[in-house]
Amino acid sequence: MGLSASSKPTVIHLNGAGPSALALEINPFIVIEPNGKIILINPRPDMGQGSTQAVPSLLAEELEVRLDQVTIWQSDGKGKYGDQTSGGSSSVRALWKPIRQAGAAAREMLVKAAAQRWSVPESECYAKEAKVFHRPSGKSLTYGEVADEASKFEVPKNPALKEAKDFKIVGKYAPRLDVPARVTGKAVFGIDVEVPGMVYAVMIHNPHIFGKVVSIDDTEALKIKGVQKVLKCERPMPHRTAEAVAIIADNYWAALSAKKVVKVHWDNGTVPHTLTTDAYFKKCAEAATKEGLKGEESGDFAAAFAGAAKKLEALYETPFLAHAPMEPENAIAHVKEDGTAEVWAPIQGPDWALRDLAGYLKIKPEQIKINVALLGGAFGRKAYHDFLLEACFLSKEVKKPVKLVWTREDDITQGPYRPGMMARMQGGVDEKGNIVAYHHHPIGESIQFQVFKAPNDKPDDWICGELSQKEQKYTIPAFKVSFTHVDTEIPIVWWRSVYASNFGFSQEGFLDELIHSAGKDPLKARLEMITDERFKKVLETLGEKAKWGEKLPAGHGKGIAVFKSFGSISACCITVAKHGAGVKVEKVVSVIDCGHYVNPDNVKAQTEGNIVMGITAAVKKGVTFTHGQADHTNFHQYHVMRFNEMPAVEIHIVESGAEPGGVGEPGLPPIAPALANAVFAATGKRIRKLPFDLNTLA
Amino acid sequence: MAAISLNVNGKNFSLDIDPKMPLLWAIRDFVGLKGTKFGCGIAQCGACTVHLEGKPTRSCVLPVQAVIGKKITTIEGLGTEENLHPVQQAWIEEQVPQCGYCQSGQIMAASALLKEKANPTDADIDSAMRGHICRCGTYDRIRKAIKRAAKDTPKTGVTGGK
Repeated sequence: MGLSASSKPTVIHLNGAGPSALALEINPFIVIEPNGKIILINPRPDMGQGSTQAVPSLLAEELEVRLDQVTIWQSDGKGKYGDQTSGGSSSVRALWKPIRQAGAAAREMLVKAAAQRWSVPESECYAKEAKVFHRPSGKSLTYGEVADEASKFEVPKNPALKEAKDFKIVGKYAPRLDVPARVTGKAVFGIDVEVPGMVYAVMIHNPHIFGKVVSIDDTEALKIKGVQKVLKCERPMPHRTAEAVAIIADNYWAALSAKKVVKVHWDNGTVPHTLTTDAYFKKCAEAATKEGLKGEESGDFAAAFAGAAKKLEALYETPFLAHAPMEPENAIAHVKEDGTAEVWAPIQGPDWALRDLAGYLKIKPEQIKINVALLGGAFGRKAYHDFLLEACFLSKEVKKPVKLVWTREDDITQGPYRPGMMARMQGGVDEKGNIVAYHHHPIGESIQFQVFKAPNDKPDDWICGELSQKEQKYTIPAFKVSFTHVDTEIPIVWWRSVYASNFGFSQEGFLDELIHSAGKDPLKARLEMITDERFKKVLETLGEKAKWGEKLPAGHGKGIAVFKSFGSISACCITVAKHGAGVKVEKVVSVIDCGHYVNPDNVKAQTEGNIVMGITAAVKKGVTFTHGQADHTNFHQYHVMRFNEMPAVEIHIVESGAEPGGVGEPGLPPIAPALANAVFAATGKRIRKLPFDLNTLA
Repeated sequence: MAAISLNVNGKNFSLDIDPKMPLLWAIRDFVGLKGTKFGCGIAQCGACTVHLEGKPTRSCVLPVQAVIGKKITTIEGLGTEENLHPVQQAWIEEQVPQCGYCQSGQIMAASALLKEKANPTDADIDSAMRGHICRCGTYDRIRKAIKRAAKDTPKTGVTGGK
């Protein structure tokens, strides 16, 4: 299933078939079949961020194989592969050392096996392009020919890793081998998978999310050819399970047609009054009048603020946002009567899914088989398994494999969303124009509290840690971060760059306010406050590439922002031009220092994607709930950036050679603040609330 | 139900399906070609775009009864890995796709544009592509790829086959 058979490098998108019984597992990530076929296991699902190639590139580099000599398989969640969740921009940075060690260890074992076969010293042998060579004689053996012996050796604990200067694959431009399948319609996404005997399911979710099913009238629905059943079911979420209704049919269109004629009577109780974004933000604004829980403080903020020559205070706000990946949520589940289960789904983390499935179905992980398909976008959404568990519930009920496909309306109206947040900002400037006091006070719902049920008597340490002076490097003498939790039942989860997408905006927007009040230049003032060499280099590169000092035509403005997230430092400069009552975004220059990386083109592609998603998040409508339901249902109302709105972009990578940082997310946080700062530079209007309309600046 | 005759990528299919079924689901679930994608179901995102008599058309809102006997081309009929269409080739050279889910629709729109206008202006490209959402954010590369394909495509029709 899902094979693209050709003489070209083969990317296998699903792990359904399994290696042949005789295949030798040198270590969990490297399998060599008797015919010499080399299979590398990619433990990080691909949602478009390029992990299908990035992680195997690390393995191949040390194993001494070319990527076109191997087949790449996706891991299935089993423990031997370790952490397998694509999230937190973690794939390359977390696996940088261990996965290269796995490749190097296997190479050493293969070399040792060949040396023994030839009865020559290992030092006379070397590996290259899936063969072991004997240097003096020039003879060689393929990896397939020595795999059997190699697999019997003890795995070396500390194999020698290459130095960066010797890399042949890592750090070099390489076309992604999975691209041809993605431009010919051959790539198999979750929604494309079919299994024998499956039926289709469409959900009827409550527009109010939470509420009870009082009655279901399926009379008209059952008259539609192909419709098998309409049943009450459930949508399990970490904080609460919602009641729902599902339609089972022979084909998807029949189920969709039935959705229009099934009448569900819901009892929504108080939801229409409680599930509103206005009420939530009111609670946040109220919390902003009080002190929060202290996350961290260096110096004495209260004293420094009290003594400052100029004091500024502001409230920043960012909306709830839908991930809206182009491939809607979907899954096939087959919960069998023998107590085992198999699923096929586009999910970010098969290891987490395994845990969630075992918990939900009350069976052992060994009884579950997970097949990860390609993800048609995810941005955090597909590491939340409500749709997968829904499919399991339905399969258990109808005793068949069930293919569940959410509609776009399900995706946009049901969440989970990037949480809307507020940030209360305070800062002080002394008489010489130095920023001497800074207080960042995030307020709102917490993923740790809602999704992971962490006790909320402490500040959210993901937020406070990321915004800390240690991370963001501003050497302001009194620097404080607080947090206040405000709860909501609106389902939330991480969204590309997580809280950095909320609080990069407040940090960099408010610092711009302080810098302007001190009468300083936004770039020079940041450089004065930062001593960290990597941050400085990123900002200096940005200044040079974006021609920061150059005079702009009338009506133009430039804004900058810098933010560190997921181990990488990213800065950007946005140029806007006045246009009617608003502005037009003309150009975005982004600079990223992500340390060592695998493929520079992929770093650029991810940063381009972050520019588009970052601008969308800043200027397109967010998700709002009125009277207990989402105000927007599909792309005609929930707008995202379009082709004709794309500004000119330029991406520059700072080659620091540092330990790898993330790439999938760090480019996003500086976008909204740089844009808001550019609007201020061009028009004098300060944007503190997202989204804002580019045409009116309201 | 009635037998619906569809001509997809030069092959005829006789399908016993609801005449109101949108072409998208007939192509995906009955013809069995999965390259055409479901994105929104209301003709707002472009992921389901196919060629109908050579014109880019949203298949998610088009009932099959309206296209009986008409020539339908999907991404699979445009080109294959072994025999790529110049637009697909340009997409590979510019490394356009990230997840790639929307790219079938993007490529169908771009190939129809280039058939209509061999050397499109930026405004032509904007107008042809603005209906196609890419959440991964590949717009800049799509523009480059369209320009590359325009440059690389032999203009045999114009030059009389020289």
